[in-house]
Amino acid sequence: MIASRFLPRQHLQTLFDQLDALGYRCIGPQVRDGAIVYDRLGDLTALPIGIGAHQTPGRYRLEHQDHQRCFAWANGPQALKPLLFAPHETLWRTERDDAGRLAFTRELQPAQRQAVIGVRACDLAALALQDAHFADARADPSYSRRRHDLLLVGVECGQPADTCFCASTGEGPAISTGTDLTLTELDAGFLVRAGTEVGSALCDALPLRAPSDGELAQAEAEIEQARLSQHRSLPGRNLRESLFANLDHPRWDEVATRCLACGNCVAVCPTCFCSTEREQPSIDGSGSTRVRLWDSCFSAEHSYVHGRLLRPDTRTRYRQWLTHKLGGWHDQYGRSGCVGCGRCIAWCPVGIDLTAEANAICSDASESAQEAP
Amino acid sequence: MTSPPKSPLQPVDSLDRRPRLAVHKLSSCDGCQLALLNAGASLLRLAERFDIVHFAEAGIIDVDAEADIALVEGSVSTAEEAERIQTIRARSRWLMPIGACATAGGPQALKNLANAEAWIASSYPEPQHIDARPTADAVAAHVHVELELPGCPVSTPQVLAALASLLAGATPLAEQDKICLDCKRRGQVCVLVTQDAPCLGPITVTGCGALCPSLGRACYGCYGPAENPEVATLAQRFAELGLDAEAVKRRFLFQQSGAAPFQQLLREWHPKPRAGSATASVDQGSSMTSEDRDHSMISASGEDEDD
Repeated sequence: MIASRFLPRQHLQTLFDQLDALGYRCIGPQVRDGAIVYDRLGDLTALPIGIGAHQTPGRYRLEHQDHQRCFAWANGPQALKPLLFAPHETLWRTERDDAGRLAFTRELQPAQRQAVIGVRACDLAALALQDAHFADARADPSYSRRRHDLLLVGVECGQPADTCFCASTGEGPAISTGTDLTLTELDAGFLVRAGTEVGSALCDALPLRAPSDGELAQAEAEIEQARLSQHRSLPGRNLRESLFANLDHPRWDEVATRCLACGNCVAVCPTCFCSTEREQPSIDGSGSTRVRLWDSCFSAEHSYVHGRLLRPDTRTRYRQWLTHKLGGWHDQYGRSGCVGCGRCIAWCPVGIDLTAEANAICSDASESAQEAP
Repeated sequence: MTSPPKSPLQPVDSLDRRPRLAVHKLSSCDGCQLALLNAGASLLRLAERFDIVHFAEAGIIDVDAEADIALVEGSVSTAEEAERIQTIRARSRWLMPIGACATAGGPQALKNLANAEAWIASSYPEPQHIDARPTADAVAAHVHVELELPGCPVSTPQVLAALASLLAGATPLAEQDKICLDCKRRGQVCVLVTQDAPCLGPITVTGCGALCPSLGRACYGCYGPAENPEVATLAQRFAELGLDAEAVKRRFLFQQSGAAPFQQLLREWHPKPRAGSATASVDQGSSMTSEDRDHSMISASGEDEDD
């Protein structure tokens, strides 16, 4: 275990200043439109100081709380995904040259060093999965460039929401890997530990002191409490066998009577990676632009193959989402596609709970269902 | 899911004349014509590539002109329009109704749910002078159409994209995604989940760019139902948010009341009782329960009124 140091709260701005001096564009949590979102952050006064987020299935409300902490909330609707897997991105342009021939030009955004402050364990696990999809296997150029220039400051989660279940999936709430710098927030300041050389260099530039035994014990107790306070869980970490053995389970019909097939679960899921591409011809006929958009397995286009819709209704679309997320991912990436962030539960307009559906469908299954922590 | 037929046009290079474009108007507010007229520089390029043979708001009038592409705004609401749409069809190779009136009847289709003749008789001392069919219809209820572009008004980028595709000899893409997907792509925060706003985004086809949610307001469905619209499920959710049955139905009684899934809801839907839930009904002016207000210590907007 890397030894932690302590950053008094009044010196948090120093971290921002250091990142700024190194040429990083700081992205961090802030309140906008009734939620905590990640966006450009000028200085630490924009952080959600004294704000909590009350989340239940289909419901999200911010709350003022009687403290000065900046990270005392569980995740908001998005974190890292839109920063790396852009929801709307131009891939290439086609222009007609003077001779009437088509010329294709790749569109690549200029490099920009970005530092994201306040990343949670669930989102770090999701990032590793997005990396496996976009950076390792396919080497998507835009994703890879943005990923290369990304610095991550994690903050361990002390206040999971009612919808969180990262303890069940094994991702959190403590952060074990994947950050340049990891913070644990206490009332008086932050325990800080470096995860990379860049993080170590940052630490050297911060006014850190040794933490007291009380501070170390308090941090450990808060993380343990965050783990114990979670009450949702999946029935196991590998549900592949039990899900695919239950493709005709009556629960699929039942959940289809509650599901809107709106795709909000997919859009807020930090691991979902499906996209669609559109051609946008210019009205003067001189060329065309190819764009990539976030797609969803709840859309018609997603299962449209050669004149036929493979998944015409809500039942088959919901089943696709759940069996792929919790089953098919094991074949693709060697683990479940769920990191326990609970966003699909909170941001479902009708409050469908993925853990409840998985438990209902896999209830009669197998040893894999017995290994829940 | 069906694709519209292929473009009647060849790629522009191989054409020996400019394709002809007509923009017709039936019963409507002209807002969809204005959406096209406000296209700025794109309108000038459009005028360079098409021979615009009829477009009343642009001052070009030849209502009987033959056209390769005909856009039609407005509903079929009079006997004269019912005849004229047949003529337009006969003289147009590709017919594309634009906007809520032409694709679903528009707000005037609300009269389809009432006794229109009785309304007219109660409003006018000499009702025989009013030329109004008993219903306001979508264009497709009268003639075959190649592609419909919904919206109130229609989306200018969608019209331009469809025309650009047709000019390139390609089949235009019919937008099918729901507002929710578009809203999330734009990084907007869900007004239903954070405010209990009775938002129609989960069942409405996009094209507007999730405009109302971008302003913290509930979508009121002016683009009409998307494919696979779970209308009854959303209606039940609105009932659980505290809207009584009438208030729920009124959410579906705007520009798109003539759309088939909304018609079915209005005919068949009743709220399901929930075990243990309060039966108090809340009128449409309030979209939040008192419990919500207690929890909503930081509201996304200063108001919680309805449309």
